[in-house]
Amino acid sequence: MTRIGTHDWNLEAQAQHIWRIRPEVGQLSTLARDVKDAGGQLVALWGSDDRSSHNGYGLHTAFITAAGLVWASVGLPEDAPAYPDLATLFPQADRMQRATFDLLGIRAEGAVDDRKWLRHSAWAADSFPLRKDFSAQPLAPYPAHSDAYAFIRVEGDGVHEIPVGPIHAGVIEPGHFRFSIIGDRVLKLEQRLGYTHQGVEKRFEGMDLDSGARLAGRVSGDSHSAYAWAYCMAVEQATSCNVPERAVWLRALFLEIERVANHLGDLGYLGNDVALSFGFMQFWRLKEDWLRLTAKMFGHRYLFDCIVPGGVAVDLGDDGYAMNRLVHRLIDEVAELKHVYDEHATLQDRFANTGICKPDMAARLGLTGLAGRGSAQAWDARVQFPQSPYDSLDVTMATQRKGDVLARAEVRFAEVFESLRLIHDILKRMPAGPIRQALAPTQSACEGIGWVEGWRGEIIVAVSIGANGKLERVHPHDPSWQNWPLLEIGILGNIVPDFPLINKSFNLSYSGQDL
Amino acid sequence: MTTGILLQIAQTLAAILLAPLLMGWVNQCRAWLQGRSAPPISQPYRTLRKLFQKDAVIAHNASPLFRFAPYMVFACMALAAGIVPTIANDLPFSPAADAIALVGVFALARVFLALAAMDIGTSFGSLGARREMLVAFLAEPALLMVFFTASLISQSTELPVIVQTLAHKEFVIYPSMAFAAVAFWMISVAENARIPVDNPTTHLELTMIHEAMILEYSARHLALIEWAVALKLFTYSALGIALFLPWGIAPQGDLSALPLAVLVLLLKMLLGGTVLSFMEAISAKVRLFRAPEFLGTAFLLGVLGMLIHFLLEV
Repeated sequence: MTRIGTHDWNLEAQAQHIWRIRPEVGQLSTLARDVKDAGGQLVALWGSDDRSSHNGYGLHTAFITAAGLVWASVGLPEDAPAYPDLATLFPQADRMQRATFDLLGIRAEGAVDDRKWLRHSAWAADSFPLRKDFSAQPLAPYPAHSDAYAFIRVEGDGVHEIPVGPIHAGVIEPGHFRFSIIGDRVLKLEQRLGYTHQGVEKRFEGMDLDSGARLAGRVSGDSHSAYAWAYCMAVEQATSCNVPERAVWLRALFLEIERVANHLGDLGYLGNDVALSFGFMQFWRLKEDWLRLTAKMFGHRYLFDCIVPGGVAVDLGDDGYAMNRLVHRLIDEVAELKHVYDEHATLQDRFANTGICKPDMAARLGLTGLAGRGSAQAWDARVQFPQSPYDSLDVTMATQRKGDVLARAEVRFAEVFESLRLIHDILKRMPAGPIRQALAPTQSACEGIGWVEGWRGEIIVAVSIGANGKLERVHPHDPSWQNWPLLEIGILGNIVPDFPLINKSFNLSYSGQDL
Repeated sequence: MTTGILLQIAQTLAAILLAPLLMGWVNQCRAWLQGRSAPPISQPYRTLRKLFQKDAVIAHNASPLFRFAPYMVFACMALAAGIVPTIANDLPFSPAADAIALVGVFALARVFLALAAMDIGTSFGSLGARREMLVAFLAEPALLMVFFTASLISQSTELPVIVQTLAHKEFVIYPSMAFAAVAFWMISVAENARIPVDNPTTHLELTMIHEAMILEYSARHLALIEWAVALKLFTYSALGIALFLPWGIAPQGDLSALPLAVLVLLLKMLLGGTVLSFMEAISAKVRLFRAPEFLGTAFLLGVLGMLIHFLLEV
């Protein structure tokens, strides 16, 4: 496989379904155009400081194409590093490009929107935290100055602006939403995120591989297993480690457990946001049962640190009898609750036709993951590009066409049932054997990329390891990057009081993209 | 006359003191119906005590209106509680305001709360005030229709006369009152900011109606408003009881009927609270722009009640 679109791109196989390519800066636009023409999408964009190895800076993009994930790396000169803007072809690149500039000072040439994204007022405009010469020590007290940000204004008779957040009334992550409204109707919504930026990527630098797994899992706590697996996949790829078969099956088990837990919680919250507390309490009762059993079997409610480089840290104690029993109970109870949701007229009225992201808009802006499947974007790495053990599990993809809150709820229901079926299957077919393989010590600098379909969408973790065996650069990518802008589209024409419901139906991560 | 005044004071005080209890009962029932363990029935009293002990935080640009509004709202609700016959009929206060003036008393409280919400200038306050007015301007005429139906039967808009006619005269079935009762239920739900029109327990600022107006209040001001909310629920319940289930309210000058009247009132309130929480448990909140439809239906039922009165009962 070397062709994308009209050109021959010498793709180098990195792993199963994963390809590597190192084009020149000038070729980047052509590559992006070819990917676009072939129906692919840009999923991630990040930079790296490679000056220590005299390579200037690096600009990395990950595309999804018919062949799988294409990881393209471009070298940029040390002075005035710049690359051609990709946001005109793939609008989802916009925020990633702005964040990359804030962190590394790599500029997207010709970008329409060059406002800052991650930088609030914690560091100066001319310092770039991800450059190697930037000290990670606590900053000296930074002179207070205004965190000016040019929001796009809507003007006209009777147009109001409501600023919401970053601090909210509930216990939720911080984000700022600027609504322009007329009456209760939303004319425009603009998001400002980055409030949970903690310097995670900087923290990775110099970490050993095991500690890296712990940190990667904590990028977005609700997707712990997905991040940990993607990180470990990248590390194992870089160090050519063969993970025992049983460990891979256990990882899939953990990932599906995580998916079920999150979907149950979200379905409850969707009920709560239309004041149907009954649904909230029932789904959260089921989620609680699920988490407690998980804690009993694997030692942690959210499976923290169960996936480690080289395998998994905990084994399935019994043959999974207790989990099988709960799986069967959940299938019955969730079906019953789905019936309640289906028959509840007011709830259906609130869900249907609310927050619509039409399929063509979703395709143009690169909507991905669960929300994408609700808008007919039929991408699921477990189905199209299955890694072991998914290649033998025959996953069924759940899709809907309408792209409203109801569609996203339906996708969740379908995925809960499918995941429960998968868990049953995994438990039945779990191979015996060791669960961890020690990593071979690294001899030279190496790289790898992990790609896992988490519950929210595809999680990508790119890792580069130095010759000393320590982490050089780790970039975790959350699907929320692509999906947040679609929330701005989905709310258009809806009324302000429906925003929390629409927001919850996407349920995107703040910490996962603020890093 | 002296007994009348004493009874009046006792009834108003009882309403003020018992109102949080009704709120506590509704919260308890709701928790049970959702399968949760419930907070104690005295929880609203504890909340009030906690709030009264706190120091108030007030925005720098708040005008005196902002500080004054909670007292006004509370006073209006206390007055309304004094007007509606709860235990005894025909109290000295009652002639002060008939059913129509009662609607005005509620409106007065609402106007002050809405002005106070806009006073600080936060977007949520104005948003809440605007939505509250949307609900109110539809609920008030519907409430008047209900009162008109009842007053057509008793030939008076005075609440004691209505209760006297319905409870202490020969028992007659009034089909018109059935329509009025359904309309009154829907209006009460909207006016008291309950599901399906508003959600009193939400933390989502963008969806709030009543809660959005009081977001800036704290400590004693918030306590007074919370208490007024409980009192409003109590007064509406008492109003519903007086109009549709008046049996048991002690007639004028009959002190011996009082103990029974208190007992009956408590039972009716318990029952009303149970039904309210049950209805809340099975409903979801309607989209904001469906609230006019909801209240339009209430208005329609009120008008139908009046028409039916003219068709069947005259």
